[in-house]
Amino acid sequence: MRPLLAAFGLILLWEGFVRLSGVPPFLLPAPLRVAEVLWLRWHILWGHALTTGAEILLGLLLGTLLGVAVALALALWRGGRRWLLPLLVASQAIPVFAIAPLLTLWLGFGLASKIAMATIIIFFPVATAFYDGLRRTEPGWLDLAATMGASRFAVLWRIRVPAALPGLASGLRVAAAVAPIGAVVGEWVGASAGLGYVMLQANGRSQTDMMFAALAVLAAMAMALWFATDRLLRALLPWQPDALRDDDIPKALPGGTA
Amino acid sequence: MASSIGLLLPGMRLGGRDVLGAAHFHFPIGRITALLGPSGVGKSTLLRLLAGLLPLPPGARLDAPPGARIAWMGQQDLLLPWLDLLGNVTLGARLRGARPDMARARALIAEVGLKGHEAARPAELSGGMRQRAALARTLMEDRPLVLMDEPFSAVDAPTRHRLQTLAATLLRGRTVVLVTHDPLEALRLADQVLVLRPAPGGALPEAHPVPAAPVPRPAQDPAVMAAQAALLERLAEAA
Repeated sequence: MRPLLAAFGLILLWEGFVRLSGVPPFLLPAPLRVAEVLWLRWHILWGHALTTGAEILLGLLLGTLLGVAVALALALWRGGRRWLLPLLVASQAIPVFAIAPLLTLWLGFGLASKIAMATIIIFFPVATAFYDGLRRTEPGWLDLAATMGASRFAVLWRIRVPAALPGLASGLRVAAAVAPIGAVVGEWVGASAGLGYVMLQANGRSQTDMMFAALAVLAAMAMALWFATDRLLRALLPWQPDALRDDDIPKALPGGTA
Repeated sequence: MASSIGLLLPGMRLGGRDVLGAAHFHFPIGRITALLGPSGVGKSTLLRLLAGLLPLPPGARLDAPPGARIAWMGQQDLLLPWLDLLGNVTLGARLRGARPDMARARALIAEVGLKGHEAARPAELSGGMRQRAALARTLMEDRPLVLMDEPFSAVDAPTRHRLQTLAATLLRGRTVVLVTHDPLEALRLADQVLVLRPAPGGALPEAHPVPAAPVPRPAQDPAVMAAQAALLERLAEAA
């Protein structure tokens, strides 16, 4: 409830500022005007939102699969750390803006180049968070498994991977938050559809209100994605501490540490 | 068949330090041996050698009945938080890719007094209940040699007392090596008490006399109380 009130307050301040100062709409449109554009041009925005949404979701899916695969390779294969880790870091050191034109050149103006960009942005937080989790298995569990005669694969599958899932979950939360960046950057560089494309076109025609409307849709999509991801992860990992405890309401757990 | 499991150790170095000196350890079959000594003296190292978690140093020899595998119970309960009680108790079979004996697991859960909690996750159990669950998991492994590293150190004194009695009853007939800091625990549960005493070439074991009564001995037994006082003095000296 409180976040909604805060957002409402900000919008009220914005509307008041625009009315009192008389800023021209092409510089800063008032929220009511943006809402009007949102309403009138919804049929256009809706189609572009679907395109961007598909890019984000497919990027999230591919990026997660790639991130999980890279983390498992790093954890299992000693040489992988020497070969893959520098590559992993390099993939993030190069700004996605710099390779966006290249990806558009190679993969075309369609969905593929945007999905590739979203994937590049998403796989890194997933891979590092999951790899960290795989490395930090409680040593006592590994000792116990060794005395039980577990194979390396059984230890990985039944102990190290489940134990790393909360780490993977925090990586996925970061990924869900940054996923729209890749898609929108891709659309800026070259596209014929998507919210980033709408923003670029609107900007070129000084239709600032349309640009804000597209931005509002993007923000709403990003928030919905993040909260849905968070909800899903909490439901899937009911045993991890942050699923047991609500962030706001501290709840006493029986025998939490004893 | 030998009447004890023997470990002949020419000495053990870890991290450039002589941890254990040259000694021949005997752990009588079917009996409980308690291992005491100051912190860092090498009790856990010895236990890890017996468990196969550390490689035996060159020249060392472990005389155990052929095929004797061990069951391990650590300082923490080491329950997996994502598995329920039944899943944790049957972990060993799952890790070996075998089908767990559910009937036996349920019977053991009942024996340690956790009947009705089979579907509970570790976070829903109290510290004492989790230690009971760990005991059930250890017994589920059904090994002739049971190694316990301060298994009851994390629970309060009355709970520890109850757990000791329960463990002694359920472990009857097995060969147990129990590392502990608690002289009373050693004297209530053990048929043999070894004190590891630090020495220049690595710690050496010394046997400490135990009361004649069968285990688990009552804490109020005058012989147990006297032996506890003597053992405490000896440990204070050794440190």
